[in-house]
Amino acid sequence: MHRLSEPELALIEMVREVAAERIAPAADRYEREHTFPRELFDLLAGLDLTGLPFAGEVGGSGVSQRTYLMVVEEVTRAFAALGMGLSVHTLATWGIDTYATPAQRERFVPDLVAGSMLGAYSLSETGSGSDAAALTTRAVRDGDGYRLTGTKAWVTHGGVADRYLVMARTSDDGARGISAFVIDADQPGMTVAPPESKIAMWASPTAQIVFDDAPVDADRLLGGEEGRGFGTAMASLEGGRLGIAACAVGLAQAALDEAVRYARQREQFGRPIADFQGVGFLLADMAARTEAARALYRSAAEQRDQGLDIGRVAAMAKVVATDAAMQTTTDAVQVFGGVGLTTDVPVERYLREAKILQIVEGTNQIQRLVISRSLTAS
Amino acid sequence: MKIIVPVKRTPDTAAEKVIGDDRTVDRDAGESVLCPVNEFSIEEAVRLKESQDAEVTVLLVGPESAQSTVRKALSYGLDGGLQVTDDAIAGSDALGTARVIAKALESREWDLVIFGNQSTDARTCLVPAAVAELLGVPSLTYARHLEVEGDTVTVHREHEEGWDVVEAQLPAIVSVVEAINEPRYPSFKGIMAAKSKPLDVVSLADLGVSADEVGAGNAAATMYEFEPRPPKEAGTVVEDDGSGAAAAQLADWMVDKKFA
Ligand SMILES: Cc1cc2nc3c(=O)[nH]c(=O)nc-3n(C[C@H](O)[C@H](O)[C@H](O)COP(=O)(O)OP(=O)(O)OC[C@H]3O[C@@H](n4cnc5c(N)ncnc54)[C@H](O)[C@@H]3O)c2cc1C
Repeated sequence: MHRLSEPELALIEMVREVAAERIAPAADRYEREHTFPRELFDLLAGLDLTGLPFAGEVGGSGVSQRTYLMVVEEVTRAFAALGMGLSVHTLATWGIDTYATPAQRERFVPDLVAGSMLGAYSLSETGSGSDAAALTTRAVRDGDGYRLTGTKAWVTHGGVADRYLVMARTSDDGARGISAFVIDADQPGMTVAPPESKIAMWASPTAQIVFDDAPVDADRLLGGEEGRGFGTAMASLEGGRLGIAACAVGLAQAALDEAVRYARQREQFGRPIADFQGVGFLLADMAARTEAARALYRSAAEQRDQGLDIGRVAAMAKVVATDAAMQTTTDAVQVFGGVGLTTDVPVERYLREAKILQIVEGTNQIQRLVISRSLTAS
Repeated sequence: MKIIVPVKRTPDTAAEKVIGDDRTVDRDAGESVLCPVNEFSIEEAVRLKESQDAEVTVLLVGPESAQSTVRKALSYGLDGGLQVTDDAIAGSDALGTARVIAKALESREWDLVIFGNQSTDARTCLVPAAVAELLGVPSLTYARHLEVEGDTVTVHREHEEGWDVVEAQLPAIVSVVEAINEPRYPSFKGIMAAKSKPLDVVSLADLGVSADEVGAGNAAATMYEFEPRPPKEAGTVVEDDGSGAAAAQLADWMVDKKFA
């Protein structure tokens, strides 16, 4: 079992403090106003939290995946849209950092790591979600560069991000015909549709991005080579899934914290409802499930830190943690009774947020597909 | 410019206090933290570091185990630490502590010392002025604003009716109140860098302080008794029924409480 170093312990302590004092109290307002909490992202940036797992040469702190994910967990515990935002930002940054040419790395990565730029990742389209390789946005060679045409969908941070990692088709050769491009927000020929009106995470805009014959320089083709986009997208998602798992654990923990607090304070039949075994056992299961999910994502992170292949275990962590979050947030509402359904308490929001985590970055069916295929492949 | 920021390790104000048989706080019983008031003095020093390239040293008088508090202070981006650790210091009163701090300051070069005006445990507010007196340098207390220009330090000294503008030549000793700024959090890179910042640990002998000037046995103040603060009384609720009577009630209350 990996032990945290002293600075890592201090890091988690600092994040908890900032999360409790500055992030959690602001969450509800951003949610109600449907605005992305850029001020809070800037706060994270100022504390060196937007590029934790990246190397020193691009401005990062070089912490382990495990430690970085613990930070994601703590941020999500305070504010899910911001925690998921940090995870998505890191996913996009990781893809660029890992597959860029040295010149591209120097050009595109440091601003993302420093958090002066907010990152986004754009693979999905309306016609290609789970079947991501079926995407149809085209990047056609035009002189020295490309022309992009098509509509990307479901882009987290769409319209508020500064830099997008965009997957587009450079040939008809299935997954091998997909390439990755680094596109900035001021890209001519690119427009962002109004954000989707969705069940939760109103502070995290999800929007379509439309490319209409958008001229893109060749030096924005990630890695300088066509056909590597799908591999980039899938490898990035592996880490992203651990990020979503950490988010789910943070969310489940927040729901558990609220439920325990309420169960000790709410009295019926002349005593706190926590005294009733029916409620106490519910809390026990919530805690056990959350802890199991936490152990799994951290174990997966350690395997990644050791350079092991994490395809299967990352899918397991994502499915176990997000299903745990769904159940735990549902149970938290149950512990609260009627008031749990109202917006006077945060647990109804946690429940809605958990549902999103079961769908993003590969639905939980797709995670099970990944796991089962890896079990039965010869 | 060279700045020294004296800091203290105090029991976490959120935690239950344990008062030992000697009527001092049992510092090992609960969680100890960097005194929250020091976050404001550190912030002020960090701002001078940013604006005037000041070199900032943190000074702590306390037991060996308080080293983590020095590192915590360094994580805000300060340059180095000086810790005075000696068994003979235990139980010192404000004056004894001031003697040790004054000697520690004499062992270093500095232009400005920035204290918090009080610590969250003892709250005597005595130490900054006592140190200034011992060293014979100007003492500018209760600063809610601080400016250094050339050799001159100017502070806004807070009092009940507002503030005075007070000025002195460096070297000088300042104590700040919490209204002075909004402290930042230490960044992760600051936390990592704090680990390798220079930290000198010295004893009373190193500083030339004799043991009979400090410690519980030589304290001028004696604590005879203590009592927990009584719980806050319920406030007065004035209800506005639209008749205007509430305004008169409110005015009476303010006169009664000597607010007006
Ligand atoms: C809030 C939010 C944020 C998002 N952010 C991003 C982002 O930043 N970047 C990005 O690229 N995408 C993003 N997405 C898109 C997300 O990844 C997709 O929604 C997801 O991959 C599912 O695709 P789909 O919605 O098209 O569902 P579909 O693929 O149409 O799936 C519909 C249903 O069929 C099931 N299904 C499909 N295929 C199979 C199969 N082979 N076996 C079993 N079941 C199957 C699915 O599990 C699901 O239940 C986001 C989505 C949301 C809701």
